[in-house]
Amino acid sequence: MYTEKVMEHFTHPRNVGVMEDADAVGEVGNAKCGDIMRMYLKIDDDIITDIKFQTYGCGSAIASSSMATELIKGKSIDEAMKLTNKAVVEALEGLPPVKIHCSVLAEQAIKAALLDYSKRTGKHIDGLEDFDPNEDAHDHGHEEDED
Amino acid sequence: MDNAATTKVKEEVLNEMLPYFTEKYGNPSSIYRLGRESRNAVEEARKKIAKGLNADPKEIFFTSGGSEADNWAIKMAAEKLESKGKHIITTEIEHHAVLHTCQYLEKKGYEVTYLPVDEYGMINLEDLKSALRDDTILVTIMFANNEIGTIQPIKEIGEIVKNSNALFHTDAVQAIGAVDIDVRDMNIDMLSASAHKIHGPKGIGFLYAKKGIRPIPLIHGGAQERSKRAGTENVPYIVGYGKAFEIATNNIKAHNEKLIELRNYLMEELEKNIEDIKLNGHRTERLPGNVNYSFLYIEGESLLLSLDLAGVAASSGSACTSGSLDPSHVLLAIGLPHEIAHGSLRLSLSEFNTKEEIDYVVKNLKDIVARLREWSPLYQDKKERA
Repeated sequence: MYTEKVMEHFTHPRNVGVMEDADAVGEVGNAKCGDIMRMYLKIDDDIITDIKFQTYGCGSAIASSSMATELIKGKSIDEAMKLTNKAVVEALEGLPPVKIHCSVLAEQAIKAALLDYSKRTGKHIDGLEDFDPNEDAHDHGHEEDED
Repeated sequence: MDNAATTKVKEEVLNEMLPYFTEKYGNPSSIYRLGRESRNAVEEARKKIAKGLNADPKEIFFTSGGSEADNWAIKMAAEKLESKGKHIITTEIEHHAVLHTCQYLEKKGYEVTYLPVDEYGMINLEDLKSALRDDTILVTIMFANNEIGTIQPIKEIGEIVKNSNALFHTDAVQAIGAVDIDVRDMNIDMLSASAHKIHGPKGIGFLYAKKGIRPIPLIHGGAQERSKRAGTENVPYIVGYGKAFEIATNNIKAHNEKLIELRNYLMEELEKNIEDIKLNGHRTERLPGNVNYSFLYIEGESLLLSLDLAGVAASSGSACTSGSLDPSHVLLAIGLPHEIAHGSLRLSLSEFNTKEEIDYVVKNLKDIVARLREWSPLYQDKKERA
């Protein structure tokens, strides 16, 4: 059900772990729904110089976090803000429909970390005005056939 | 180690089936020799099954499996007894074949009471007694649970229901071959079962319906299955089921002793080697082959994927494995919080499993759990709290 790319990132996740001296930390999801993503950022001169993640969740949640970190490592804050869940899905060569929310969580986890950075430093980041890290990403993708 | 999902067809079962695909391919309804041979084979299988349950062969109706038998029993009882009442009692931990059928009947105007279970998955007999009413027409309670393996006190339940107006149906799909079942002694009016859980083929099961119930036909047509389920009999599968049933019910004691030893070994090894795990279900009143633990701080699907990569097949009650939002209704019914239910793992053993396989699973599981926990923010928080 998963692409080789997803399995590869699940079995060998990039940038997984804790960052003790992070400049920003963001977390989305909740244990009740079965997935939590936490992103740690190191930022120098508006560039994301290092990134780490920890994820509680299914294979696609772990793979989505891994891919998202790879896509924004070394990028500027503005570039990271432009990362969409679609880009994560494409980089993973697809996710099953019921797992699309994992990629949404990955996008939101990065935004949550950037929001934390903005709060800690007082720097304004374009695009975070209406962002709410506690908003539920679980409203879509799940379907049940019922008579 | 997912034998509660399905089992391997035994060599001797397959060998009994094979001739009925080729040289003995007669239609049991034909009167010439080839047809009579098939008829005899079907009736022999029916006798073996009836004998194993202390039932009469006339009370056994072959179906396509357990789900069909559950659907048939419940809908037919509801239709037959509608004039006496529209109240049905079941439990919160039934298989979906029972739960969804009950929900369907609710939409048709029936009232269903879902009995709760305790933390071990056991119903309370007092709850059953107080739920029974004059207009209760059916009590349907599973014999043994497919996820957590808890075995209900079926004899006591039968005794209680006997003194009411209701029929007693039990989904015994997981219990056949693991528990001695005597439908007379246990006062069971209807019972559903399936072949593929006991080393028989998939796609065949039966409904036992006690004499006098006279089931409403499920399929109208020919005279097969006493005109209650028309259509030419699936002869090779019925033959295979008869054989598998005979083997499974002839050796319950020895079979259980071997499985319980394996199961207890697996449980001891898991509890010795992996911390922060929680047994789901009852420690003793459980199916001999069923092991179900929650692994705290991690999620079940990633556990299953990792095990699969190590060549181990298992199952989980996590939402992510079902395509729905909620984890298993059984794990929620025994009171597990969502996050602990998401981390559940069921390993179900058969007599073909070995201690060496268990050692292999425990060793791999230990590494997998450690790795997934290192990646988990919940485990990180736990470490920081400590």
